[in-house]
Amino acid sequence: MLDAAQTTEVQAETLLEVNNIEVIYNHVILVLKGVSLTVPKGGITALLGGNGAGKTTTLKAISNLLQSERGEVTKGSITYRGSNVHESDPADLVEKGVIQVMEGRHCFEHLTVEENLLTGAYTRKDGNAAIQQDLELVYTYFPRLKERRRSQAGYTSGGEQQMVAMGRALMSRPETILLDEPSMGLAPQLVEEIFGIVKDLNEKEGVSFLLAEQNTNVALRFAHYGYILESGRVVMDGPAADLRENPDVKEFYLGMSDEGRKSFRDVRSYRRRKRWL
Amino acid sequence: MPEQLVFAMEVILNGLMAGVLYALVALGFVLIYKASGIFNYAQGVMALFAAMTLVGIMSGQVPFAHIINATFGTHVHKFGWTVPALLAIILTMGVMVLLAWAVQRFVMRHLVGQEPIILFMATIGLAYFLEGVADLMWGSEIKTLDVGLPQGINLWIDEATFNIFGYGFFIDNLDIVATVIAALLVAALVVFSQYTKQGRAMRAVADDHQAALSVGISLNFIWIMVWSVAGFVALVAGIMWGTKSGVQFSLSLIALKALPVLMLGGFTSIPGAIVGGLIIGVGEKLFEFAIGPLVGGATENWFAYVLALIFLVFRPQGLFGEKIIERV
Repeated sequence: MLDAAQTTEVQAETLLEVNNIEVIYNHVILVLKGVSLTVPKGGITALLGGNGAGKTTTLKAISNLLQSERGEVTKGSITYRGSNVHESDPADLVEKGVIQVMEGRHCFEHLTVEENLLTGAYTRKDGNAAIQQDLELVYTYFPRLKERRRSQAGYTSGGEQQMVAMGRALMSRPETILLDEPSMGLAPQLVEEIFGIVKDLNEKEGVSFLLAEQNTNVALRFAHYGYILESGRVVMDGPAADLRENPDVKEFYLGMSDEGRKSFRDVRSYRRRKRWL
Repeated sequence: MPEQLVFAMEVILNGLMAGVLYALVALGFVLIYKASGIFNYAQGVMALFAAMTLVGIMSGQVPFAHIINATFGTHVHKFGWTVPALLAIILTMGVMVLLAWAVQRFVMRHLVGQEPIILFMATIGLAYFLEGVADLMWGSEIKTLDVGLPQGINLWIDEATFNIFGYGFFIDNLDIVATVIAALLVAALVVFSQYTKQGRAMRAVADDHQAALSVGISLNFIWIMVWSVAGFVALVAGIMWGTKSGVQFSLSLIALKALPVLMLGGFTSIPGAIVGGLIIGVGEKLFEFAIGPLVGGATENWFAYVLALIFLVFRPQGLFGEKIIERV
């Protein structure tokens, strides 16, 4: 059984391949020191790690949003479906089917919820009817957005804004969504709801996800495969189920150990002594 | 009807007309500010540049004649043809689009993600650069602009008001045309920004550059588009002001009159620019009429700015400006 499951996973087509990239901000600050990862078609791949580990930078390197922040990929390669996307325009990537949902939502505050969603379809050329159809599809996944379609996005709640940002990305008919920190600042119940929708989209619409998340616990429950980043390097990777059982991951990221839950203070001091790299 | 009241009415009407012209300049500011958060100091100079280019093309002037003559020892000044007004306007619009592209390509593109103050400084530089280019291209003498707009007193209004009040109002035909054109322009701009895909993208860019990039909106394209539209508005303002008071370098100073208009109307509102312009126009004329004689006149020079100051204290986003959405 296990073997069979593993072979189908190996056979799954690789969509995105990041090969040993290095990212430097402002020509001096080295943020990523060789990150490699692959995103298979139809999977949810999680990118885990603490603050400043390089999760967001990795996603922005892929979606090419680094340039406007004075960041630069100086080494390595990024390919999507085998073709090099290293220096292509964000708009080209969106047309290829890769879109990023940025950390902190980034809604267009003064546009209505529906206008926000429609901007997601900016690069599409398949006509208004198809766009209207997808708008309805987004509303079936996020019924709450339909109720609030006429309100300004800036006045909606944090959870709703996260939904707007995700719905907006969906409107581009993506193959892969780079989802950055969807749980940020949301109540646990909402986090579950959002992740449930991610799972639904993955299973029903066949959207692949690369998910950067600090909430390791939730992310590993929903993801298929995980990478753990620390100070700009991948320190560990494996199927999500294995990572969940790994004693180090348990200790460092899930706050558990064999002796049961440790107090935060102990975890911290222990961590300082023992690092992976 | 008392004579004073009739006078006041004429003053108000004239104020409204003057306000429309202020509003035309303010519109250009609003457009660029909305889409890129840049306060474009060069808007007034753009109006001047557009008007000079239009006159130059219409009269068949050789651009950069002074440089050419100085370098090659020639004496060319005119091509010896004249271009019909409509064609010249279209050609000038082409020049303004080219200017928009150049501004984006050589200035703004390199400043993406910089502080607003740095972008503002860049537009100040642009203003003086453009003024210099205009001077080099078309010379610095005062020119008259006549694209065939009706000018002079509107006899129909004169007569109608004379029959009613026994006193004929003096309303310039040009002001009436300017009002109509401004109304059309505003309607077109509102429709464009609210109901079209590119207009929506423009507003999206205004809200959040990064997010706009992430959904595949090309900032480059949107900004060239916005600067082109602002160039078009500048051209319209340039034609109106140029026809009214001649094409001269002081034209670029009307930009300063647009500032209080913006503070009143709000930097982000197209209708606000119009209403702000009208209030300033009427306000300063009426103030001059009512209070001017008591304080020795010349109140038109400062009234608008004082009004703007008062607004800054009590309603900084202006009458129609977007509320700054703050989440707690």
